[in-house]
Amino acid sequence: MKNIMEVKNVKLRYGDFEALHGINLAFPEQKLTALIGPSGCGKSTLLRCLNRMNDDIADIKITGDILLAGEDIYRPHLDLVELRKSVGMVFQQPMPFPFSVFDNVAYGLKVAGIKDKELIQQRVEESLKQAAIWQETKDSLDRNALAFSGGQQQRICIARALAVRPAVVLLDEPTSALDPISSSEIEETLMTLKTKYTFIMVTHNLQQASRVSDQVAFLMNGNLIESGTTEEMFLAPKKEITSNYLNGRFG
Amino acid sequence: MNKHEQDLQEVVDQAIAEQKVPHVKFKKIDPESVDIARLTSPSKETRQEHWGKGLTSLAIAVIGILIVAIIGFVGVRGLATFVDDKVNIFHFLLTSNWNPSAGKDHVGAAAMIVTSFAVTLLAALVATPFAIAIALFMTEYKSGKQAQFLQSVMELLVGIPSVVYGFLGLTVIVTVIRTIFGGTGFGILAATLILFVMVLPTITSLTVDAFKAVPQDLRKSSAALGATRWQTIYHVVLRAARPRILTAIIFGMARAFGEALAVQMVIGNAVLMPYNLVSPSATLTSQLTSQMGNTVMGTLPNNALWSLALLLLIMSLAFNFLVRLIGKRGS
Repeated sequence: MKNIMEVKNVKLRYGDFEALHGINLAFPEQKLTALIGPSGCGKSTLLRCLNRMNDDIADIKITGDILLAGEDIYRPHLDLVELRKSVGMVFQQPMPFPFSVFDNVAYGLKVAGIKDKELIQQRVEESLKQAAIWQETKDSLDRNALAFSGGQQQRICIARALAVRPAVVLLDEPTSALDPISSSEIEETLMTLKTKYTFIMVTHNLQQASRVSDQVAFLMNGNLIESGTTEEMFLAPKKEITSNYLNGRFG
Repeated sequence: MNKHEQDLQEVVDQAIAEQKVPHVKFKKIDPESVDIARLTSPSKETRQEHWGKGLTSLAIAVIGILIVAIIGFVGVRGLATFVDDKVNIFHFLLTSNWNPSAGKDHVGAAAMIVTSFAVTLLAALVATPFAIAIALFMTEYKSGKQAQFLQSVMELLVGIPSVVYGFLGLTVIVTVIRTIFGGTGFGILAATLILFVMVLPTITSLTVDAFKAVPQDLRKSSAALGATRWQTIYHVVLRAARPRILTAIIFGMARAFGEALAVQMVIGNAVLMPYNLVSPSATLTSQLTSQMGNTVMGTLPNNALWSLALLLLIMSLAFNFLVRLIGKRGS
């Protein structure tokens, strides 16, 4: 099993506050890794380090190595645009751009300077199919993406992230703003997609983590407490505190 | 205590006597003291509620009467030109021969209408790119001290009285235009430049609000797809803020259209159809300010001025309507 991303001794501080105290974790290719833990444990912060979305925050300092296919993504002169094409992201709130479905999905390609109309069209269709939203949108690609339901919008956002063919897709609680039916549809979509893409998902929903993930990492107070395959973690966690959290004793 | 209240008191007393749920601690609220008379009459809070409602309704009624009176007065006076003095309304709107003291065939406001719209549109056209640039700088590029500094500069610009702008325009802009283009220097160009400075803060601050209303997550989503900051601004932020920016421009135009004093000082006040940007002309507002002291109430020249006022009022309603329309389409 090849690791596509590796996090090595990553520490992150906002001013005087250290939010991550040296995380070591590897993300295997074409698997779904779930990051779980109580609120404020640093799981979303860690996730945002992986495509450098934390860069804009003032007074932030990140040390350690984050490797994507063996290359440090925090090396100087790294092309952020290239990095974010390789590491896509889907946010908690469905946030389609206020224009048509087609333009939404084609956005990543357009900003990357791709002008070939046929390629764009083909990619848009493929991505919408992969995100299982093609049936609902194929006749209304010109419709404003905001006119769709929340679950549909989130799948348009997934299609938008897939359109640039990222190696890794980061999911920041992708279903927590959705109703149960839309959530389970998104989960199904992820189950099919993880044979093609690598996913790293932050979730508060432990059942969801147990359903869709292959690997689980449990964080608390900025430390990685334990990580392992989903079966191991849920059935035989090595640490008492992991077991307590997974059994809902706190958090 | 009337009969009805006595009955009610009996029912309550009986209920207390018969209550069989020991863990509900009726003792705590002292059941003996349940006072039906007090419970069935309006409490202090209810009376306060009525008072509050009454006071606000009264204030609204007063303002309502005031607004109806203003619109009514301007309407009656403004329509007198057409009703009493039998001026043809199309003649008023479409011809540019303005000399009301010479009779009803000399009441043509077209020159002023054209000039008013010209200065308004040109001022908005010049101010909008600057306003958008400043607003982008304040919201997308710098958000700390520099943005606050710009904010205070804009507030300062709002605070300067229009007569000061007019004076500046008369002394500086008119002179410069005279030197460059010849002629008197008065005209649409001078008015446009003055109005540009005057509407800039209005359009800027509303555009800043427009950008601030764009969800941060949209910018993040765009960045996460590999877009640069400028691509994000150009493709996403401007797009998402568009209805509100249009609203900002219209508010700026309403201000430009209604500005009287500063414009009157630099426009030249000759009621002539402007044939270029530096020929003296007059706007609806400048004509009102300069002529209102020179007419006698009830005569045609006075009524004609009221008609100009009515036209201004209708335009302001139209601007408001446009803002509503765009707001509705935007959401």
